[in-house]
Amino acid sequence: MIVTATVTLAEQPFEPGALVTAFCANRQETGAVATFVGLARAEKGAAAALELEAYPGFTDAAIGEIAQTAIDRFRLQDVHIVHRTGRILPGEAIVFVAAAAGHRREAFEACDFLMDYLKSRAPFWKKEHGPGGARWIEPTDRDRTDAERWD
Amino acid sequence: MARVLLFGRLADQAGWRDRLIEADDLAALRGALAANDPALGEALAAPGVQVAVDKAIVRGEAALTAATEVAFLPPMSGG
Repeated sequence: MIVTATVTLAEQPFEPGALVTAFCANRQETGAVATFVGLARAEKGAAAALELEAYPGFTDAAIGEIAQTAIDRFRLQDVHIVHRTGRILPGEAIVFVAAAAGHRREAFEACDFLMDYLKSRAPFWKKEHGPGGARWIEPTDRDRTDAERWD
Repeated sequence: MARVLLFGRLADQAGWRDRLIEADDLAALRGALAANDPALGEALAAPGVQVAVDKAIVRGEAALTAATEVAFLPPMSGG
């Protein structure tokens, strides 16, 4: 069976519940769907908004490649990734990852693997708007070491 | 001629993110950008800045044709 991931860059807020429902529909041989939703934090007022810039056609292709790696590595039946771009307010969903597999372990691990990649290496440029102005953010050491767990 | 795209802090620094520039190869393009804005030329040559030609990362030189898209990518933040 050839499995290809669905990768979407979304400029507008999305509703994670609707994505889970759609992803779970019409499955006869899927024993496990694991999902992850990342939300924008307010950082106790320090982050009024996040701004995420993507390079359409490049960013989604790079995410698609890593999703394909996850499909092969964890023998997944399906993957759906939605990533926000543009201005994101605290409480809004930034990222949605869903992985379908025959059994739960592969689905859990695939979500974990995909998120470590997305947080540290995916081609986005992130700016945090706070009370003191705006600043560009780079991956934290923790993001980098999390991603290295899978190398 | 190439369509040049800047991302992240490079676009902030330059004050633009999308511009058509006359150049036959990457070296000439870098030269034209640096002649127009020396600080930007330096920033584009800094370690950690990657170049994508038609959405594929290029290390080293590349010829540019009329419809080529050249993107300068500062270190990526992740999502």
